[in-house]
Parts: sequence; C-alpha cells; structure tokens
Amino acid sequence: MSQPVRILYFAWLRERVGTAEEALALPEGVGTVAALIDWLRARGPGFAAAFAPGGSVRCAVNQDFATPQTTLAPGDEIAFFPPVTGG
Amino acid sequence: MATVRVQAEPFDVGAAMAALGAGRNDIGGIGCFVGTVRDTAGGRKITAMTLEHYPGMTERAMAAIAAEAEARFDLLGCTLIHRIGTLQPGAAIVLVLAAAPHRAAALAATGFLIDWLKTRAPFWKKESFADGAAEWVAAHDADAAAAARWQHG
Repeated sequence: MSQPVRILYFAWLRERVGTAEEALALPEGVGTVAALIDWLRARGPGFAAAFAPGGSVRCAVNQDFATPQTTLAPGDEIAFFPPVTGG
Repeated sequence: MATVRVQAEPFDVGAAMAALGAGRNDIGGIGCFVGTVRDTAGGRKITAMTLEHYPGMTERAMAAIAAEAEARFDLLGCTLIHRIGTLQPGAAIVLVLAAAPHRAAALAATGFLIDWLKTRAPFWKKESFADGAAEWVAAHDADAAAAARWQHG
C-alpha cells in the first residue's frame, strides 16, 4: 500500500470543506493537482462549493506554489487556499 | 543576513532595527515599513482582524522573498516580521526593514519586500465587523499590480 498524501485546507476553503487537514491514498488515476480537484469536487456539497469551477483556489505541493499541471506523488503535502492577503 | 519571523506577539521596531545593524558600520540607511490594522473596510467599522497562515510554507516563502530582495538590491541585511492571530485596530501587523549602503536601495527594497510579501506569502486576513459579521478579505488587484511592477525593475 502506497504512502498517503496529506491535504491541508486554509481560510474559507477550510470552512467550506469542514476540515483543516486529512490524509488519504491518492485515488486511482489522480496524478495532477487538476485531477485531484476534480476528484475532491465530487465528494459532496461542501467540496463542490469550495472547488467550484472558475473559483480562485490556489494550491501548493510540498510547500511550493503549484499549478493545475503539477504532478502528485505518494507522501506529498498538498495545500489548498484562497489567494493570499497578508501584509 | 535575513531575519524572518512569524509570531503572535507584538514586535519592537527599535529592537529589530538595532539587531539588524548590530556590530557593523557599513550600513548607510535602513528602510522601514510597518503595516497596521485600519479600523474600517469598505466604509464599515472593523472591531478585529484575524490572520491565519500556513506554518512551514509561510516561513519558507518569506525567506525566499528576503533572499530575492538581498540579491536584487545588494542589501546588507533585511528583517521581515509578520504577526498572526487576532489583532485590534491600530495594532502593527507586519514589519519590513531593509539595510543597504545607500538610501535608494534601502527604500526600493522596502517597497519590493512588502509588495511581494502581500502577494506571495501564505497569510489570510479575516475581518470582524461591529455588526457581528466576519468576512475573509478578498485579494486586491491593486496589490497584484504593485507586486507586478517589480518584474520589470
């Protein structure tokens, strides 16, 4: 059994999906950020709202900003969050 | 040498400036920016601002921004301190210090650092309003434009 990925959610994404963090095995056929988002969206209304098409969700993989094309591997730390608003 | 910190506690601007210049006489100027919590947003009264961050990635992103500034502006050092947690109007949120041999680089680097910090470090602000509502702050196009101008500098 392959190592799970760790998924983190921040700010309003965390509130919409109802969790700050989870670990799961990468689903069959999910090899990119875009594919993972499609898979998450199908999980339920909270996830569908958080990852609505045309939304402004950003992603980081292993603490570096990622794009929809970024590839995923077992053991990765994947984070989803809104555009940043610090400073 | 860059100092990067994320903390809940208030920061002491004088102490941070003294630490940046400690033991050296080659600094000609230190640029300084302090961001504070404004008491209104879109005409509504704010009672508090809460800052969330991504532990680990935030420090990495801030260190990368500091390293970029040090290389671009030939800095002798810089300091980035960002607060997290719930802050009251008037409270300081963020401190940027940039030390250089001459003022032009110190001032330009200070602007660069705060512009990049606002658009590249994973922090999120939530505003609490006097009527009891609490809303996540949306990213501003003006901040993206301010950060983008450094692409050509």
